[in-house]
Amino acid sequence: MAKLILLCIKFVLLCSIADAVFEDQVGKFDWRQQYVGKVRFAHFDMHVQSSKKVILATEKNVFASLNSRTGDLYWRHVDKTGPEGNIDALLLHGQDAVLVAGNGRVLRSWEVNIGGLNWEIVLDSGSFQSACFVGQQDSVKYVAVLKKTAISLHYLSNGHQKWLENLPESETVQYQAVYSGGNGEVYTLGVVPHSHIAVVVYSVEDGEITKQISVEAPWLSNIPTSCAVVGQGMLTCVDPATVSLYTLDLEEQSQMTQIPLQSLGLEVSPGFQPVLVSTQPNPARPPLSEFFLQLGPDHHLLLQLNNGQIVTLRDFKPALLVSFATTGEKTVAAVMAPKNKTVKNYPLSLFVFCLSTIVDCFLPQACSLNLFSAESGRRLLDTTLIFNMDPNGGKPEKLYVQAFLKKDDSVGYRVMVQTEDHTLTFIQQPGRVMWTREEALSDVVTMEMVDLPLTGTQAELEGEFGKKADGLLSMVLKRLSSQLILLQAWMAHLWKLFYDARKPRSQVKNDVTIENLSRDEFNLQKMMVMVTASGKLFGIDSKTGTILWRHYLDNIPSNAAFKLMVQRTTAHFPHPPQCTLLIKDKDTGLATLHVFNPIFGRKSHITPPALPQPILQSLMLPLIDQDYAKVLLLVDDQYKVSAFPSTKNVLQQLQEMAGSIFFYLVDSNQGRLSGYRLRTDLSTELIWEVIIPTEVQRIVTVKGKRPNEHVHSQGRVMGDRSVLYKYLNPNLLAVVTESTDLHQERSFVGILLIDGVTGRIIHEAVQRKARGPVHLVHSENWVVYEYWSTKSRRNEFSVLELYEGMELYNSTVFSSLDRPHPPQVLQQSYIFPSSISTLEATLTEKGITSRHLLVGLPSGAILSLPKMFLDPRRPEIVSEQSREENLIPYAPEMPIRTEWFINYNQTVSRVRGIYTAPSGLESTCLVVAYGLDIYQTRVYPSKQFDVLKDDYDYMLISSVLFALFFATMISKRLAEVKLLNRAWR
Amino acid sequence: MAHLSPFQLSIFSTVSFLLCTNFVCCNNGRRVGDALDTEFGGFSVPLEHSFEVDDVAKFRVRGALVLKAGREPSVSLSQNQLSEEDRTKLKEVAAVDGLYRIRVPRVFLQTDRQTERQMEGHLTAFVRACAMVESHLSDVISLHTDVSGYLIGVSIVTIPGACRGTEVEDEVDLEVFNSTLSIVAPVNAPGPETALFLERMEQEMEKKGKNPQEQKSFFAKYWYLILGGAIFLMATSSAQPPAGGDREQS
Repeated sequence: MAKLILLCIKFVLLCSIADAVFEDQVGKFDWRQQYVGKVRFAHFDMHVQSSKKVILATEKNVFASLNSRTGDLYWRHVDKTGPEGNIDALLLHGQDAVLVAGNGRVLRSWEVNIGGLNWEIVLDSGSFQSACFVGQQDSVKYVAVLKKTAISLHYLSNGHQKWLENLPESETVQYQAVYSGGNGEVYTLGVVPHSHIAVVVYSVEDGEITKQISVEAPWLSNIPTSCAVVGQGMLTCVDPATVSLYTLDLEEQSQMTQIPLQSLGLEVSPGFQPVLVSTQPNPARPPLSEFFLQLGPDHHLLLQLNNGQIVTLRDFKPALLVSFATTGEKTVAAVMAPKNKTVKNYPLSLFVFCLSTIVDCFLPQACSLNLFSAESGRRLLDTTLIFNMDPNGGKPEKLYVQAFLKKDDSVGYRVMVQTEDHTLTFIQQPGRVMWTREEALSDVVTMEMVDLPLTGTQAELEGEFGKKADGLLSMVLKRLSSQLILLQAWMAHLWKLFYDARKPRSQVKNDVTIENLSRDEFNLQKMMVMVTASGKLFGIDSKTGTILWRHYLDNIPSNAAFKLMVQRTTAHFPHPPQCTLLIKDKDTGLATLHVFNPIFGRKSHITPPALPQPILQSLMLPLIDQDYAKVLLLVDDQYKVSAFPSTKNVLQQLQEMAGSIFFYLVDSNQGRLSGYRLRTDLSTELIWEVIIPTEVQRIVTVKGKRPNEHVHSQGRVMGDRSVLYKYLNPNLLAVVTESTDLHQERSFVGILLIDGVTGRIIHEAVQRKARGPVHLVHSENWVVYEYWSTKSRRNEFSVLELYEGMELYNSTVFSSLDRPHPPQVLQQSYIFPSSISTLEATLTEKGITSRHLLVGLPSGAILSLPKMFLDPRRPEIVSEQSREENLIPYAPEMPIRTEWFINYNQTVSRVRGIYTAPSGLESTCLVVAYGLDIYQTRVYPSKQFDVLKDDYDYMLISSVLFALFFATMISKRLAEVKLLNRAWR
Repeated sequence: MAHLSPFQLSIFSTVSFLLCTNFVCCNNGRRVGDALDTEFGGFSVPLEHSFEVDDVAKFRVRGALVLKAGREPSVSLSQNQLSEEDRTKLKEVAAVDGLYRIRVPRVFLQTDRQTERQMEGHLTAFVRACAMVESHLSDVISLHTDVSGYLIGVSIVTIPGACRGTEVEDEVDLEVFNSTLSIVAPVNAPGPETALFLERMEQEMEKKGKNPQEQKSFFAKYWYLILGGAIFLMATSSAQPPAGGDREQS
C-alpha cells in the first residue's frame, strides 16, 4: 500500500514538473534572434550572377552566410571562443570559401551554397602571417599559406599539401605577405625593419626558390600597412616620413624607385599614416594598375601606375570610404562622400518630420555614394546612392560593394555599410535600405526589463489628475479636452476596424511601433533595455523582438564595465521612466553616467553629475526624491559619497537616514571585504573588516540577493505540522573564493555567507578537491552553486539553505543588527551530468510560485530545473514525515530531462547570461537568455494555475450554467405547484 | 555574577563535518599585558575596543585573547573591568546610538614561529553601543579562521541583541564583561552522497528479491480493488429499484 502511495506521489510530482511546449505553441510566446558578431571579413558570392549570398567571418569566430535580400542567415558555423577559433583569413573563390583559423592551426574549405565542409587540414605550428590564392593559366588551383618560418601550398580541391618550404633567414626577416600574379611563381615578401625588404620567389610546381633578392628600404617597418602590389608585380609602398611613394618591380628590379608625392602635387594630412588599397579581381591574374591612396581621414586619390609613372586619375575630397568592386570584366570604384549639410538636399517630408516630431532633432548626416570607372576615374551616370546615417548610430567604418551588370551592360551595385556600432546596413539604389543587422546585440553585457507605459489615452486621463489644480474653468476645459481626445481615439479605433475589415486577414499587420506601445492586461509585454559591449543601447519589445530604439554612445572605453539601473519605473506618470547607465573604465576607475528614458531611448534632459574621482561602488537606495526617482549613491576612492539626483529633498532624507545606510566594498586583490556606514555629512566610516589572505585563496564572486525579490512564505511546513522558519536576511552576501593552489588534491572552493551590514560571518564552508568556475545563485534563504570536482572529474551542484529554526526571533521586521543567533545551515550536493555556462533563478511577482533554476548549458539548451530537486532536506531514508512534506528521496545524480529544456530546439549559442523578470501574472516569469543569440520566452514554474487554457470550453461551462439556472427556476415553479396542490388536498 | 549561558549551535547536515568550536568564558579581573606568551604553546594578542561619542575610533585594550594554535585551536580571554569613566562614556555613546567596536590583529594560528604569526592589519567588528549596555555587557565573540588557519574575521553580537531603550540603572551591571568566545573554522561542505545511495539501492533490491509479496498471485495482490469494485457494482445495481417506486408519491 505504502509503495502504491509513493508511486502515486512520484507520478503526481513528475506530472506537475513535466512542462514542455506543444507543437502549436512553438514561437507563440518565444522568439530567437541569431547574430554573428562584428564583421571582420565579408565577400559577396559572385560566381553566379543572381547569387544572393554574403559570406561573413566575424570577430566572434563565426563564419556565416547571409541572404543579401533579407539579411537572414542562410547558415552559420560557430567556432570555439578565444584565440583557438579566431578566423585569420577568409578567401572566396567560386563556390569555395577558404578559411584559416586559430592562428594558422587549421585550413578549411567550405561550400558556400549549403555551408558544408569540403575539407579541413591541420597545419604545422607557427604563427600565421598571410594567405592567398595561387592561380595558373587563368584557373585557381592552390592556396598559399605563409607562416612565420615556412610557406606551404595546398590544393584547393582537396586541401592536400603540394609542398612546404622553410623560409630562408626567418630569424631575422619578418615575412609578412605573400603574393601571386598567376605566372607560376609565388612571391613572399619579408622585411627587416628599418633595413631592407627580402623577396623570395618560389616556383609553384616544386617549391624551389627561383629567385631571392633583398632591397634596401631603411624606412619600412611593416609591409601590410604601408605596401600593396599593383599592376604587373609592382610592389608599391608609401612612406609618410619622406612623403613619397616607392615602387619596386618584383620581377626585374633590385632597387626601389622613389616618387615624391610633391611631384604629383599631393600632401599628406599631418599625423596620418597613408594607406594603399589595390585590387586583384582574379587571383590568377596580376592586380590592376589602378589603386587608391588615402592621404587623410577624408581624402582619397585614385592613381594609376603606368610604366613606372604615377598618374592621378581622380582626387576625392571629401571621401570617407572607398572600395573596389568587380563584375565580369569591369572594375569600378565606389566612393562614399558626406553630403552637403544644407536642408535643401533633404526630401521635404523628412524635413517636416524633423521639425514636427522631435524638438532636438539635428539633421541626420547623409552620405552619397557614387561609382567611378577604375580605368578612367570617370563618374558613371545614374549611380548615386544616398546613405542616411542613423543619428543614433556610429560613423561608417567599412564599405562592401556588390557590383553587377545590368541588362544594358551598365554597372549596377548594392552596398553593405558597416558602422562603428557593428551595424550592417544593406542599401540599394537610390538609397533604399533593404535590411539592417544590429550585430552589437551579439555581445549583450547587461539588461533590464521595464514595464511599458499606459496607452496614450490612459496616460492623458492620469495626467489630468496628476497636474495641479488651477481654477474651476481650466479644470473643466481640461476635462473636456481629455474627453475629446478619448472620443478621437475611439473614432480612430473604429475607423481602423472598418478599414481593416475590408482587407484580407493576412494583410492586416500589427506592427509594434513606439507609438502604439502600451502595457497589456497581464504586463507580459515589456521593454527590454539591452546594453552591449560596443556601447550601443537597444530597446526591444519583449513580445516580438522588434528593436524599437537604439542609441549609440561613442567614446566608450574598450574595457568598460556597465551597470544599468532603473531609477524610476513607468508607474509615476507624468514623470517619464528613467534609467541610468554607469559606465566605468576598468583600468582607471573613472566613470560616467548616461541617463535616459528606457521607453523611447532618448537621453534625459537631466544632466548627470560629473564624476572626477574613480568610483568604487554604486548602490540604489529605496529612498525616492520628490519626483519619484530612486536615489543612486556613488562612492569614490576617497570614500566620499555623492548622490544622484542630489536635490535638497534627497540630501535631507539622506541625512535623516544616514545612520541606517550601510554599504560594503570588495577589494579582491587584497582579499579585503569592508563595511562602511554613511555619516550625516555624506562621508563614511569604516565599521567592519574581513580579510581573506590572498596567499591561500582569492575572492571570485560576491553576490547579494535581488532587491525586487519577494518571498511569500516565511517558513516551511514540516511533516508534523510544525513550521521551520526561513532565515531571510536581505543583507546576506555569498562570497565565493577559489584556492590559489591549483593542485587537484589541494584545490578547494570556499563559500562564505557574510552579513553585509555587520560583517558577521554567518557560515563558512569549504568544498575540498573542487575548482571553479563557480556559478552561483543567491535567493530567498538559499544559495546554489556549481563547481568542478577535481577528485571525481565531474560537475557538481551544491545547495545551502538557512533556517532560523522552529521559532522566529523577531517576526515583524528583520534587522541585521539584532539577530544574535546564527541560523541553521543545511547543505547537500548532487552530481550534474553536464557543465554549465550560466545559472539564474526564476522570479515571480509575489513569490508564491515555486522556484526553478534556469541553467544555460554549453550545448545551447536552457534547462529549467525545479528547485525542489535542490533541497538539502531531501531525505536519504524515506519516512512518513518526509512523504507528508512532499520531499523527493535523495538521489546523488541530478537528472536532465529533455522536456525541461525551455527552448526546445531553439539553441542559444554561447549563452552568457539569463535575465528573469516577473510579469503581472503570478504564475509567469519572463526569461531572456543572451549570448551570441538572444532568446526570449515565458516559463511557468508551477504551471499556469492562474490562467484558463487557450482551449478552455466556454460554451460548455456557460451552457451548463444556463441549464442549471433554468432547471432551478423550473423546479422551483414545480415545487410551488406541488405545495399548492397538497394544500388543496 | 558571571554565568555561562549555554550557547547552542545546532547545525543540521546530511553528513558529519568538522566543527572546531571551543567555548571559554573568562572573567578574572586581572590586568593583562600585550602579547605575552603563555604556557602550552599558546600566545596572546590584544583585544581592543572603542566607543566614542563622536564615532571616531580610538581603540584601547579591552583584554587579551590567549590563542592556542594547533589542529584544534582554542581561545580564552582575560579582560579588564570597565572603569567608572568608561561606564559613563558607554552609556553616553548608547544614548546617541553610537557604535561599540572591537578589533583584533590578524594572526596565523598554524605556526609556531612568533614572527610568522602576526600580520599587518586588524579585523574589526561592531555592535550598537545601546545593545551592549542593555545586554549588561554579555557578548558573544567569534573568531573565524580559514582553511589554513589564518584569522579572517571577527564578529560580535550581544544577547539579547535588541535596543529597547530600557535604562540600566545599576552601575554594577556594566562593570564586568560576560563574554562567550569561540574559534570557528570552516566546515567541510558535503559532496554527493553516492556510497550511501548505492548501499540503499542494493538493500532495496535485496528486499525486493526476498519479499514474498512480490511472488503473490494477481488476485492475492489486488483483492481489495476487486472487492471494492464488486461492492460498488452491487451498490449501483441495488440503487435502481427506488427510482421506479417514485410514482406512488405524486
